[in-house]
Amino acid sequence: MAKYLLLKHYRGAPAPVNDVPMDRWTPDEVDAHIRYMNDFAARLEETGEFVDGQALAPDGLWVRSDVDGKPPVTDGPFAETKDLIAGWMIIDVDSQSRAVELAGELSAAPGAGGQPIHEWLEVRPFLTAPPTVTE
Amino acid sequence: MIDEVALRELVPQVLNVLVRRGADFATAEDAVQDALVRALSAWEDEAPRDAKGWLVTVAWRAFLDRTRSEGARREREARFGTEPPTAEVPEVDDTLQIYFLCAHPDLTPSSAVALTLRAVGGLTTRQIAEAYLVPEATMAQRISRAKRTVERAGLEPGGDVRTVMRVLYLVFNEGYSGDVDLAAEAIRLTRQLAASIHDPEVSGLLALMLLHHARRPSRTRPDGQIVSLAEQDRSRWDAELVAEGVEVLQAALARDRLGEYQTQAAIAALHADAPRVEETDWVQIVEWYDELLRFADTPVVRLNRAVAVGEADGPGAGLAALAEVDQGVPRRVAVEAHLREGNGELRVAARLYADAARSATSTAERDHLTRQAARLNQALRDRR
Repeated sequence: MAKYLLLKHYRGAPAPVNDVPMDRWTPDEVDAHIRYMNDFAARLEETGEFVDGQALAPDGLWVRSDVDGKPPVTDGPFAETKDLIAGWMIIDVDSQSRAVELAGELSAAPGAGGQPIHEWLEVRPFLTAPPTVTE
Repeated sequence: MIDEVALRELVPQVLNVLVRRGADFATAEDAVQDALVRALSAWEDEAPRDAKGWLVTVAWRAFLDRTRSEGARREREARFGTEPPTAEVPEVDDTLQIYFLCAHPDLTPSSAVALTLRAVGGLTTRQIAEAYLVPEATMAQRISRAKRTVERAGLEPGGDVRTVMRVLYLVFNEGYSGDVDLAAEAIRLTRQLAASIHDPEVSGLLALMLLHHARRPSRTRPDGQIVSLAEQDRSRWDAELVAEGVEVLQAALARDRLGEYQTQAAIAALHADAPRVEETDWVQIVEWYDELLRFADTPVVRLNRAVAVGEADGPGAGLAALAEVDQGVPRRVAVEAHLREGNGELRVAARLYADAARSATSTAERDHLTRQAARLNQALRDRR
């Protein structure tokens, strides 16, 4: 009963085994990849482990508040940003080993040549509410 | 206004009536949930005089409806008759079977918890989903899978009261959100269990819950900050709950079949018994931890024992006890920080508090430890 974030990067993760950019895949390979991702989410919903899944646009803005009540300052996007999140899936599972197992499955999504991408996914536990009994 | 708790109490009884009538557990459980959801809206102004009879009737119809699509309704009606069963069924011992079923050892902890809260606790899927912060559809799937697992296992309640207690303890101890008070719900279900099975360990678990629940008003500040046991305002502990917890515990201990939960409750009772933290009987608490090690020799128990030793015999003794605790145990670094501080090693303690904050598993704990580190670092700066 713990939530984990499976984080997928556009940039910043170590190189995957099957390292071909998506725009060089055949259309069928792209379809197969998307189907795999959808099926994966559907399967998780069925096992009662799915919480959320979202994809992010690569480009965003940087924002900070300005002094003297002026409107916020915006900047970017920066082409040189090293770490770029592509999207995530949130799962609610019984153990860390189950989270790793599922991340492994997700990482095996097919890419170029219909072969698994073997991309690196980041697995991060959620902070929870504290337990009642502590002593 | 509906008395939701009174309504929830009826849920396992109604489920039991349907199952005794021959309905299969999985469909009957869905049907009772249908009836519960209907009752929550239909009874908004006024509950029917015979609430249980109403629920049985509606649940039975829902059960027949649910089987209609499978083309089996006529067969069912022939088998069971069209008249809804009467609510007059002896319930106590049978309801216990539902407890066992929902805590079946083949279930994962999270599915046992979900199924127990729905079938025994009478919560709606939405309430359970909100409490555990997952989508309702996910929770619904988790519950129906759990029921399939239980059915595959052949409906024999393979579990025993130990597995039920573990599930209830999980419900009590997990942090929660949503508008259902899961700790209170766990206490209600444990109370019911204790009333129908005479096991001193069930009483021990109930006492443990009551004694911890009594401290709840003082455990956090209004903004969510953790208040450590030593700093809690003890006048805000719920004296009635403490008294009840102590009484339940004493009756259990008198039966001379000590176990893990009774021992944990005894430790909680010793804390509850101290009007001021300085009056805590740490020597006796250490003895109870030694007892607890006989039942559950886990790194967590050893860690908590080291804290008690530190209080009973001084930080140096606590650190010596800590040296024998596994490195990887959660909260170990936080305990070491506390003991080092007591030992006057402020610089080391500040660093350890900061390390502990990084590996905390809850935001409240992380913030608490960060504050401890900040407090020591400021003290060190001021000293210069």
